[in-house]
Parts: sequence; structure tokens; C-alpha cells
Amino acid sequence: MDVTTILIILLIGAFATYISGNTWAPKVALLFGITAFAGSIFILNQYNLGNEIDFVSTWISKPNIYFALHADGLSLAMLLLTTALTPIIIYSSFGNNYKNSKAFYALILFMTFAMAGTFLASDGLLYYIFWELSLIPIYFIALIWGNGDAEERKKAVVKFFIYTLAGSLFMLVAFVYLYQKAGSFLISDLTQLKLSATEQFWIFLAFFLAYAIKIPLIPFHTWQANVYQKAPTVGTMLLSGIMLKMGLYSVIRWQLPIAPLAAKDYMFVYIGLGIAGVIYGSILALRQKDLKKLLAYSSLAHVGLIAAGTYTLTVDGLRGAVLQMIAHGFVVVGLFLVAEIIFRRYETRTISEMGGIRSQSPKLTSLFLLLVLASVALPSTFSFVGEFTVLYSLFQINIWFAILGGTTIILGAYYMLKMFQYVMLGETNVKVFNDVTFNEGLSLVLIVAVLFFFGMYPKPIIDLITPSIENILTQVNRFN
Amino acid sequence: MNTLIAITGLGVLCLLFEILNIRKAIVPATILGLLGVLAITMSEFNTPGNFYNNMIVVSKFSSAFSALFIVLTLFLVALSHDFYGEQQTKISDFIAIKIFMLAGAVAMVSFGNLAMFFLGIEILSISLYILAASSRMNIKSNEAGMKYFLMGSFASGIILFGICLIYGAMGTFDIAEITEWSRSAELPSWFPIGISLVTIGMLFKIAAVPFHFWAPDVYEGSPALTTATMSTLVKVVAMATLYKLLTAMNADLSESFITIIVVISIASMTVGNIMALKQTNVKRMLAFSGISHAGFMLMTLLSISTSASSLLYYASAYSLAGIAAFSVILYVCKNKDNEEISNFNGLGKTNPLLAAILTAALLSMAGIPIFSGFFGKLVLFNQTIQAGYLVVVIAAIINSIISVGYYFKIVLAMYGKDTEQGNSSTPLVIYLVGIVSILLNIILGLFPSVVLDLLG
Repeated sequence: MDVTTILIILLIGAFATYISGNTWAPKVALLFGITAFAGSIFILNQYNLGNEIDFVSTWISKPNIYFALHADGLSLAMLLLTTALTPIIIYSSFGNNYKNSKAFYALILFMTFAMAGTFLASDGLLYYIFWELSLIPIYFIALIWGNGDAEERKKAVVKFFIYTLAGSLFMLVAFVYLYQKAGSFLISDLTQLKLSATEQFWIFLAFFLAYAIKIPLIPFHTWQANVYQKAPTVGTMLLSGIMLKMGLYSVIRWQLPIAPLAAKDYMFVYIGLGIAGVIYGSILALRQKDLKKLLAYSSLAHVGLIAAGTYTLTVDGLRGAVLQMIAHGFVVVGLFLVAEIIFRRYETRTISEMGGIRSQSPKLTSLFLLLVLASVALPSTFSFVGEFTVLYSLFQINIWFAILGGTTIILGAYYMLKMFQYVMLGETNVKVFNDVTFNEGLSLVLIVAVLFFFGMYPKPIIDLITPSIENILTQVNRFN
Repeated sequence: MNTLIAITGLGVLCLLFEILNIRKAIVPATILGLLGVLAITMSEFNTPGNFYNNMIVVSKFSSAFSALFIVLTLFLVALSHDFYGEQQTKISDFIAIKIFMLAGAVAMVSFGNLAMFFLGIEILSISLYILAASSRMNIKSNEAGMKYFLMGSFASGIILFGICLIYGAMGTFDIAEITEWSRSAELPSWFPIGISLVTIGMLFKIAAVPFHFWAPDVYEGSPALTTATMSTLVKVVAMATLYKLLTAMNADLSESFITIIVVISIASMTVGNIMALKQTNVKRMLAFSGISHAGFMLMTLLSISTSASSLLYYASAYSLAGIAAFSVILYVCKNKDNEEISNFNGLGKTNPLLAAILTAALLSMAGIPIFSGFFGKLVLFNQTIQAGYLVVVIAAIINSIISVGYYFKIVLAMYGKDTEQGNSSTPLVIYLVGIVSILLNIILGLFPSVVLDLLG
């Protein structure tokens, strides 16, 4: 059994979901999501036992393209994140009734398929294809099942699509250029190349455009808040929980090893952009009146810090970034789920119209509080491990980076707790708030459990990702 | 050679159907006949040969492209049944004309003599003039036919003049001899002038900037099926012919000629795309999008010695997507007096399958992966960078981004807007053509080697 199995399960799942019809689609999708997760655990086990899980076969002879999937610790961690979050996301959406749900859930599974492929592909072109492929489902999910005014939504979604496509097309040019030099798209060949500093600079820039838009980094973030707000919550979860990580993962996997000189020469710029995102996102989050938009800007702040961590080019920075990527994936999905749970009852996302939920639903309040604490990186939560490691690595580069980056914790605590106060506490709301249903509760409990378990015992993940990160750093340092 | 004879025979047969008064059977019979011709073409693939004093030269290149043309004609004929439903008395004429046009197309890629080339282009063009004006009662169609005829005859004249100059320089019409002579160092100065004139004539047919002005009006005015023919089959034929001509005329193109190709290619892409952004009529939009695709295909001329297979691939990807798109457009715009984008409103709800086909076709044209349009662009970019024209590739990339803007206008209309009226008829043929052509497109995308390895 190799990693292709996961992809096949997800792809078949997408078709099966579509065929199964509107009534059964959510359950079938959930079933395939869980199967894929179980498969990933099995693959992880195989990997730990040292068995062969890679898959390589020639796909196109001219140009020389392989269907090559390679899983190391880093890829597996991301694969697990993807396949663990997908069933949770699907399960949490059971409270909503989507029109034409067979297409909706099929698109979710198809998107998961594409994202899992992105994390596994080790041939540049295959990777690019998966990368682009993941864009189509989210486009339709946000367009058709989104909320808010149709015209505004269309604008936001098209902007998002054109933006990300524009970025990735430049990445394609970079890949084609590299292909001329290396004669294949395989990452093992691409990282062997001895490119001149100028070449590296331009290639780095082309990659940077694609990733900075996807992550998103300032000043390429303008699509983000609107799309998060307009997309259906499931789409927002997929975008913020998994899709953003594609950009961050790609920085580590492709950009840094292929063009390390450029990464080193202009390190301060990239870290600076990341930190700028932290501060900008936090300040904007302070002023948001819409719950989903607030979460979107808080997400911008967090990924800014992660991106800064990856560009430090230290073991700590990369490790912290990966840990924080996983933690942020769970946190943000949990937070958006709470926003959705409230929306299902109050039909509003405006913070000022909420409040006083605590007395009506103590369960939700406690779970939400735990999520908020995890989001602000309280010690013993998973985010703390990641964020602390990243800040430590920033401190090694320059103390000011660490200080400015640290504002994410201070400002984060401020706006998150303030938001919690307005949303949950206060006088009892006159509107009736039904207590959380079973599947809402279970989804939240699962997420909180993961966050606290790995917060106290992050060793399994650290052990999984550290060897591959060290590998990547050896490639990064090959020019010294 | 047998291909050409078989096609002509089939055309005559179509006319006989009219006399024998069995019009009902004409579409199925023609489709069967075309399938037979396709088989003949494929069997000829590995047996190159010259016929009639080198008038016709069958090579891998000509067989592969002929096969593509036959497949496209197959789809177009299949769509005719529905499209000419109200003009049953003329259906055999229209189908016969399409078959003769195919004969012209095949002659254009398998000529061995400039006289044969000119004959081919005239057969193709005259058939098209008739088809463009075939909706007799419609003033726009008449205008389109007239415009196309005027422009086309100018182009033909220019091509003929170019051929004369080449003859003056070389003393022969035979392509093989011309190729041989053109390698010698001393060439009369009117030889390159002749090549330029022929190229200009062909650029008219391809509708590359700055010879594109006829295209939007003619596309809009012609009956939709004729527009489909022009934007898929004819464009591909003209491009393949230009490629073949230039490979034959001089093995290495001169530097100034290459510069002109670069400029025309970038200009076609940019002008086509930017003009397409503003269109609200789908046929006009596809006309401009076709102009930009012509610019993409012209990129193959920059690495002319190696790019035959990538041209074949791009042409197949583009034309199959075009057929799929037009089959949906035929369905949507039937019984409507215009082809505005608003006609597509809510198609995602009223007819999800056709909406999906059109979406896939547009995604392929925009160059999104797994559709063959993406690989078409990829191999083009790859070769062009290899040949050292990074600037053209960057321009092409920027244009690909722009093109998403207007392709998605239609997608947005289909999924983002509601309609008050539904088109209830569900013609089977349109489904069939749409599905088959888009499936072929996706198969080409999943296994690009099938086509890319054909021409070495």
C-alpha cells in the first residue's frame, strides 16, 4: 500500500458522493473522509516501520514528467492534517441543509484530493497540477453556496481566483525554466541545480508571488477577508484550515531548497513582510464588527508569523512553523465552526447582535473559551508550542523581530478575549439559543482534544517532522 | 491520398442523397462515411508517399492533421442535424459543402505543390463564404458572408501574388524543389517577399492581429454552426498550413522574420484578450478569444523545426474545447435572436450537464490543469523558453490571466444568476457531441503522450 491509495480513496469518494444523491451525500462523504484518515494513519504506520510508501511512474515522456508521490515526515504531517480536518469539517456541516448537496460534498472531497496531492507530489509539474486543481472546487463552493449579496460575492470570488491563478502561473514559468536546466521536474533533480544568484532571485520571486498570494502575506492579502466572509463556512474552513497551509508547506518544500541564496540574501524582507502581516492583521481584527471577518484577520496575523518562521531558515523556525501550521489548522476550523453554530441560531455574524449566550449554552461557552485560549497560544495548548518555537527562532535572527512578532500574542489575547466577551457573555439574550447539537459538540470536542493533547505532548509530531526539516535545511545550505 | 479521394467521393454522395430524396438518412450516413475516412487516414499514417507528380505528399504530419480535421468535421456534421432542422430541404447542400470544405482542408496540409495548396485554400474558402451567408433571410448573415468574401478574396489575391513571386525566384511550384533551393546561399530578393506575402495571406485566414478585423463581425453574423466551423476547424487548418509552408520554404527563418512573428504573436494574444474582456456577445467573445489563441499557436513558429507535435496538440486541445463550447451555445441560443451572455443565466440549475460541459471547455481554453488546454500551453511555453524567447512566454502568461476574466464571465452567468425561463428541449445529439468532445479533451489532458509523441 502506498500513498496513491489515499488519493484514490478521496477521488472515488468524490464520485461516489455525487452519485449517491442529495440525501445520502453527506454521509457518504463523511464515510470516505474517515476512510482516508484511517488510510493516512495506516500509511504513517508503514512509514514508521520503514516500508516503501512512495510511488513513481513515468507519465509523459516529452516533456519528461513523472507521476511521482513522495512522503516524508513533513508531507505525512500535512497529509494527516488534511485527512483529519476533512471529516471534522464534513461532520460539522450536518446541521446545514445545502441545496444540491451531492455536488457540494463531492466538491469538498475533490478539493481534499487535490490538496492531499499537493502535499505529496514530488514532481514539480504534478505538484502544480494539484495546486491548480484545488482552486476549482473552492471557487464553485464559494460562488454557489456562499452567503451575502450575490454580486459582491461574485466579485470577491473572481478576484480570489484570478489573483491565485496569476501567482501560480508565474510559478509555472519558473518550473519550466528550471526544467530547461535540469531536464526533469523531479524535486530531487531541481534541488541539485547550481543556479546563479540572479537566476535564483527571479525564480524565488516567481515562487514568492504564488505563495504570498496563497498564504496570504501583505500586500497580497486583499482577497482574503472578503472571500472568508462570503464563502460558506465549510469553504472558509477548507480555505483557512488546509489551503493556506499549501502555500506555507510549498515555501518549505519547494521555494527554499530550490532558491536558497535568494532566500538568504533578502531574508529580512520576507520576515519583515510576515511580521507586518502580524501587526496589520491584529490591528484590523481589533476593529472588525463581523465575526467571520475578525477571524479572517486574526488568521492573517497568525500565518504572517508562521511565514516569518519559515523564512528564518533555522531548524527551530521551520519546526515551529510546521507545528503552528497544524495547530492553526485546528484552531481556525474550530473558531469558524463556533461562528457557524451561532449563525445557525441567530442568523447573524455581527458581533454586536450576539451576547448573553453563556447562560443559555454553557457547553458551547466552555468549548469556545478553550478554543480562544488555544488561539492566543496559552501554555499547554498546541499553538503555544509552535508559536513559542517560532518566536525563539526569530529572536535568534534579530531581537526586534521577536518583539514585534510577539505582539501577536498580546494583541491576539486582547481582540480574541474582547470578542469572546461580546459574543458569549453579558446579559442574557432575549433570543432563544438552542444548546449545541450532538454533531456540533462532538466536532468541537475533537478539535479541542487534539489541541490540548498535542499541546502537552507534541513529541510525536516533532519526531515525525524534524528529520525531514533537517534534510531540507541541508539542501538549503548546499551553497555554503 | 486515399483520404482525399474518399472525402470527395463522400461529398458527391451527399449531393446524390438529395436527388434520391433520402434526406433523413444523410446525417447518420455522412457520419459513418467520415468514420470510414478516418480509418483510411489512420491506416495511411505509417505509409508516407507522393502522388501525381508530387502534387499530393502524404506524410505523418498531413495524416495526423487530416485525422484531426475529420474528427472536427464529424462533430460539426453531427450538430448539423439539429441546427438545420428547419431547413430540411437544404440540409444535403450544407452537409455536402462541409465535406468539400474538409477536402480543401486535407489538401491544404498534404500539398506537395503550391498550385495544390492554392486549390485547397480556395475550396476551403469558397465553401466557407457560402456557409457564412447560408442564413439567407438574415441580413447579418448576408453581411457576414459579403465581408468574409471580400476579405478572403483579398487574402487569396495576396497569397497568389506571393506564389507568383516564389515561382519567379525558384522557377518551380514544387515544394520539395523549393525547399532544396531555399537552402542555397544566393536567393533572389523577391523570394522572401513572396514568403512574406503568402504568410500575410495565411495570417488573414488565422485572424492574427493586425489582420483580424473581419473576424468579430463575421463570427457574430454567421449562423452559429458556421461560427463553430470557422473558429475551430478553419483556424486550425490555416495554422497547420502556415506551419507546413514555412517549414518547407526555408529551413531556418531569418531573424527579422522571427521578430515579426514575435510581435504578431504577442499582439494577437494581447489585442484578442483585451477586446474579448468587453464583449457581451458570446460569439464575438469567442472570436476575440480565437484571435488570442492564434497568437498562442503562432508561438510554435519560433521553434519551427521541433514544434510540429506541440502545434498538433495545442490545435486539438483548442478545437475540441471549441466544439464542446459551441455545442452548448447552439443549444442555449436556439430560438433566440442573439447570443448575449445573459442567455446563459441560470444554466447551472436548468441544465447542469450542459453547464458543466461549457465550464470544462472554458477551463480548458483558459489553461487550467487536467484539461488538455493546460498541457498545450505547457509544451508551448517549454519549447519557446528553450528557443530563448522568455519575453513571449511572460506575455503569454499575462494573457492567460486576462483570459480567465472573460471566460469566467460566462461561468458566473451560468452559476451565479437566476433565469426566469428554462429551455425544455433536450436534443440528444448536442449532449453526445458535447460529452464526447470534452471527454476527448480530458483524455488528451490525462495522456498527452498519445498526441505529443505522434510527430516525433
